[in-house]
Amino acid sequence: MPKPSYNGTTYRMEAKALILKGYVHKYGANVDTDVIIPARYLYTSEPAELAPHCMEDIDPSFQLRVKPGDIIVATTNFGCGSSREHAPIAIKAVGISCVIAQSFARIFYRNSMNMGLPILESDEAVAGTEKGDELEVDLTTGQIKNLTRGLTFQAKPYPPFVLELIEAGGLVEYTKRRLQAQKAKS
Amino acid sequence: MGKTLAEKILSQKSGTDARAGQMVIASVDLVYVQDTTGPLTIRQWEASGLERVADPSRTIVFIDHAAPSPRRELSNDHIFMRAFAQKTGAILSEAGEGISHQIVAETYAKPGDVIVGADSHTCTGGALGAFATGMGSSDVAIATALGKTWFRVPETYKVVVNGHFSKGVYPKDLILHLIGAIGADGATYKALEFSGDAIAQMEMEGRLTIANMAVEAGAKVGLFPADDIARRYLEAQGRSHGFQPLQPDDDALYERVIEIDASTLEPTIAKPHTVDNIAATRELKGTKIDQVFIGTCTGGRIEDLAVAAAILHGRRRHPSTRLLVAPASKSVLMEALMAGYIETFVEAGAIILPPGCAACIGVHQGIPGDGEACLSTANRNFQGRMGNPQAFIYLASPATAAASAIIGEIADPRDML
Repeated sequence: MPKPSYNGTTYRMEAKALILKGYVHKYGANVDTDVIIPARYLYTSEPAELAPHCMEDIDPSFQLRVKPGDIIVATTNFGCGSSREHAPIAIKAVGISCVIAQSFARIFYRNSMNMGLPILESDEAVAGTEKGDELEVDLTTGQIKNLTRGLTFQAKPYPPFVLELIEAGGLVEYTKRRLQAQKAKS
Repeated sequence: MGKTLAEKILSQKSGTDARAGQMVIASVDLVYVQDTTGPLTIRQWEASGLERVADPSRTIVFIDHAAPSPRRELSNDHIFMRAFAQKTGAILSEAGEGISHQIVAETYAKPGDVIVGADSHTCTGGALGAFATGMGSSDVAIATALGKTWFRVPETYKVVVNGHFSKGVYPKDLILHLIGAIGADGATYKALEFSGDAIAQMEMEGRLTIANMAVEAGAKVGLFPADDIARRYLEAQGRSHGFQPLQPDDDALYERVIEIDASTLEPTIAKPHTVDNIAATRELKGTKIDQVFIGTCTGGRIEDLAVAAAILHGRRRHPSTRLLVAPASKSVLMEALMAGYIETFVEAGAIILPPGCAACIGVHQGIPGDGEACLSTANRNFQGRMGNPQAFIYLASPATAAASAIIGEIADPRDML
């Protein structure tokens, strides 16, 4: 099968650390997938090509401020709109380690798990965090520490299979590993 | 305890007694992708190592979002998609055939089916009583290979619509009103299930528009019963063989019941930049509109074009307002040609675009300029949606769109009917 010359590789997340630390970029309600990564850039699914356009329509200075490990914090319905998996890919590729929101849209929630992008729901953490704060997130316990303000919040921790999925780097890699394990057994 | 439509379908397809809140693995009757999410789905499918397609005759690859392709990279994506179809035997729907959701309704979806697509508006199929929902590329890749996927059985909001629609008010106004009332996340993770007199009398075209926009309130699916209207729609396509009516049980358990009196509705508009930012059309009269777009999976069906043509007949677009019309599918285009609607549009000064998503997602065919306002019959008005974050998108019915194209400002269609 011919592969397009501009995009010959398959997308795969690198394995994830389970304790994350970074500075906050804060947004309001209904951050949709069209502003996370506009359709005009969906001629590629290469993380490196999507990354420079992440959030550009809603926050033109995001690209200048974002540093590896940073955390996006938003209020309700984060990731609403299109089913494009390019949205969690772009967020990951720009260096964001985790998204914390009061609530997520349904398809984005599932896509983030499948892409190995950690996302957590916590009303308290969103209310107690401002732009520029430094957070530390422990995915195994769901604990969110605001290091700037000396506050601690508790999000619902992931069940073990989701942690495994995040560690594997997403659904496809996870499925592949399970298939290989099955083959090795039989 | 009886079952909702969602519980009935997922029980049947999972072989379990499926109840809201449970996780089930259900067989999938139809899987589809389109050309923005399809290439990634195919790459994920390749990467999974599963190396098979569960049922090629129920797997469809649509080229509709960039059709025909406006740039080299997208042309190459199309090559990649065609090669996948060729290799696996999956069905290919070429550029010009039309929008995936419309073709699925015309040709494939049946009551009681489970349908997954790598497009959030896959929920359109709910109009035919199918549990149809959008997913990301990785999920669809695995469903393509295995012919099954997991679901959390959704709780259901019952939306009961009684009364008669007033003249100039359409199903599009109803769904915009509902999204405005419950909010863009008002039904997140839930199923919407529609019933009532006004629904029982509503034609399939209107139902498809409503089911399509269930996701704009966050819903997983927007379900309609498979009744006489569904049977007649399938009959007209020669697909009513083995038709089984599908209704929810009278004693089904609903998380919430929302009642709407259709006779109190009026023409409604979603203002920039969220679909729940609604207003009565009459309150926005006089807002200058630079471009009107009549088309998409929520405004490009034959009923929609008939309403728009009736208003535009013998009239012309305002000289400073561009008018774009894109039929939802090739068969809609053919019907509109025979009915004389296309002639009416051309005489009214419209640009006719090929069947497909056209201007809706901002990759080609009608990107608005900086500071411009576009009135569209689409389902989404997010900032940048049509290709320019400096533009403003208003959503309305085809009647409101046609009336506004003539005046050059937002207009109330009741003044022209």
